[in-house]
Amino acid sequence: MRILRFACALMLVLAAAMPAFAVQPDEVLKDPALEARARTLSRDLRCMVCQNQSIDDSDAPLARDLRILVRERLTAGDSDRQVIDFLVARYGDFVLLKPPLTGETALLWFTPLLVLLFAGAGLWLWLRRRTADLTVSPLSAAEQARIDELNR
Amino acid sequence: MIPEAGHYALVLALALALFQSVVPMAGARWRDATLMQTAPVTALAQFVFVALSFAALTASYVTSDFSVVNVYENSHSLMPLIYKMTSVWGNHEGSMLLWVLILALFGAAVAVFGRNLPDVLRADVLAVQSWIAVAFYLFILLTSNPFLRIADPPFEGRDLNPILQDFGLAVHPPLLYLGYVGFSIAFSFAVAALIEGRIDAAWARWVRPWTLAAWMALTLGIAMGSYWAYYELGWGGWWFWDPVENASLMPWLAGTALLHSAVVMEKRDALKVWTVLLAILAFSLSLIGTFLVRSGVLTSVHTFASDPSRGVFILAILTLFIGGSLTLFAWRAPALRQGGIFAPISREGALVFNNLFLTTACATVFVGTLYPLALEALTGEKISVGPPFFNLTFAPLFIPILIAMPMGPLLAWKRGDLFAVAQRLLAACGIAVIGVAVTFALAGVKAVLAPFGIGLALFAMAGAVTDIVERSALRSVGVGIAARRAIGLPRSAWGTAFAHFGIGMTLLGVVCETTWNSERIVALRPGQAVSIAGYDLTFDGMVPKTGPNYREVATRFVVRRGGAQVAVLEPSKRTFATRSMTTTEAALMTHGASQLYVSLGDTNSDGSIAVRIYDKPLVLLIWLGAVVMVFGGLLSLSDRRLRVGAPRRRSKPAVLAQQPAE
Repeated sequence: MRILRFACALMLVLAAAMPAFAVQPDEVLKDPALEARARTLSRDLRCMVCQNQSIDDSDAPLARDLRILVRERLTAGDSDRQVIDFLVARYGDFVLLKPPLTGETALLWFTPLLVLLFAGAGLWLWLRRRTADLTVSPLSAAEQARIDELNR
Repeated sequence: MIPEAGHYALVLALALALFQSVVPMAGARWRDATLMQTAPVTALAQFVFVALSFAALTASYVTSDFSVVNVYENSHSLMPLIYKMTSVWGNHEGSMLLWVLILALFGAAVAVFGRNLPDVLRADVLAVQSWIAVAFYLFILLTSNPFLRIADPPFEGRDLNPILQDFGLAVHPPLLYLGYVGFSIAFSFAVAALIEGRIDAAWARWVRPWTLAAWMALTLGIAMGSYWAYYELGWGGWWFWDPVENASLMPWLAGTALLHSAVVMEKRDALKVWTVLLAILAFSLSLIGTFLVRSGVLTSVHTFASDPSRGVFILAILTLFIGGSLTLFAWRAPALRQGGIFAPISREGALVFNNLFLTTACATVFVGTLYPLALEALTGEKISVGPPFFNLTFAPLFIPILIAMPMGPLLAWKRGDLFAVAQRLLAACGIAVIGVAVTFALAGVKAVLAPFGIGLALFAMAGAVTDIVERSALRSVGVGIAARRAIGLPRSAWGTAFAHFGIGMTLLGVVCETTWNSERIVALRPGQAVSIAGYDLTFDGMVPKTGPNYREVATRFVVRRGGAQVAVLEPSKRTFATRSMTTTEAALMTHGASQLYVSLGDTNSDGSIAVRIYDKPLVLLIWLGAVVMVFGGLLSLSDRRLRVGAPRRRSKPAVLAQQPAE
């Protein structure tokens, strides 16, 4: 029994040394509406030391700091926009998982539309050219004569 | 001795590949049957030697031979046997060996099953296949040799990354590679066709089963990887738009497009140039995926630059194959004769529509994945492109595809009647509308998009059923005859219906999970209870346990519904001493297609433990849909015309195709 208790204690110590995981119970705000806003915001913010993880998903200490920061700002009465602006001012656009539309990202945002438009236009022209062959051309006099001959 | 034998076998495979990449090709140019005949034999021998090499590495892992650097760095003597075997590809060098093993396997398969191929085509295909093999053998031997030894071997290995110590590693990478590498066959066929300057419907019939097989493996591999991430990473996400995931999604999108355009080419002799281009693109994207994952370029442009030997090597392979094949395409494609013509509203038109949107979606993922890298390399500016970007750009592109999907199979070839098709889909539309209305009534206006998502999913599923009902003429001939006709339908028709139904299932799962998933994050002490989605979970307590190479804190949760016990869940946290890493082992309770998900967090000083509990409605449909899609692929693969393989006489359709449509 004592061995078991010792083992349990050891596990607890070990567990305490382990990396934390995503949102911790102690971070959760009392106000559910505010917490929901915090969660929505965190999902669009990048944990800068992680590979492509949002601060909502990441268990890195930095992500925890940022989650707490977001909640502090919200509790202080900031709007969602203000929280984002605050973080962007501090860490740059890199913190946003949804890159803002700027001169540098215009190509990124408009690629789907451009590809669709160009490919669609190309396709339409190609189809029109091809279906032009599809329309029935009237019989020439020689062909008509041949048919008449066959029908006779 | 065994590792050296494996190393030597790989060098021999390289020698064979060098022979195979030159001699059959020369034979095909000179129309020399003897030289061309060497291709199948060398392809088989190549496979034997790569398999020997792979077996040698596996043997080193199984016997825990820590004198091999690769084994030392990725294995541990106490690991269960299955993980020792899967560790072989749980690291860079070994996974590249798996890559070439599968490449050689496909080469051997072409040699064995391609007996009815024309000699020239088979020789060309196997030679091109060997070009790829040579490049990757050289890559392994020069930059990523898994057989290197340590001068004085350590007693114990450094263990496999604990996250990888899971059954998922046994299936996910092999399936994914079967998909990636499987597209090499389509690529080789395309390059062979370009070299020969000749391509016909028979070509499409040979390419289709290979593409289909690769597509099935890739679909299953992606779904499996997604489910693995879902239960292993402990926060219940199943798709992260991570570059590594995108790397597998891009070949899937291109491959799906290829599968559809090849149908047009096979049946109607049209879209030849485009199909060849897609075959090249699908494999090029597989290569790019390999490059992205293997070169370290994703972590940062700078890590890539600091250890560039591997990255630069793969980049060279990429440039050579993609650049080379596209150049060949630009040069030779105009020589390919154009085939049958069709009106915009027709089965062909629907398949072209599908291709337009699939390739746009593929381009979106491509740009979204590589843009941050390119921008940082060019301007030094760092941006992140994450899930919100893809949800906004990628998802809308799938809406037109899903709307058109049930219509395609109902449209006639050459010239279809959209109005008649819409009439036949009235029932499917009705089901979709009812779905939207019911969801609105139940969920209210809180989640506006969800009802439409559900409507779309129902439309896709009902549309797939409509296709079978219409083909068996259920409405005019009665149930008995219709059932017999349905059974007698070509398996490919059933395959299409199943695959399209599967897409609907996946969408339904995605919409329901994202909209109605609920979550509780709490700190619990033994004896405390928490309720979620009508279930009450009582935390019974935790016990320390010891596994073969880890220790774990195992916990016990009793799940009750309305007072009655329904399940006991035992999530745990494992600590792997060698790497001093922890993993969470989530516990899942499946009810219907929904799941209750419990994962553990930190233990606090007051004896409580952080717990995350999720209720995920219909989440299993996401992966079941993929399984149904693959089943559809399997049916299609077993279709008689693909099994027989030999091209049927096409003289009659060919004559018809030249006539004007009405």
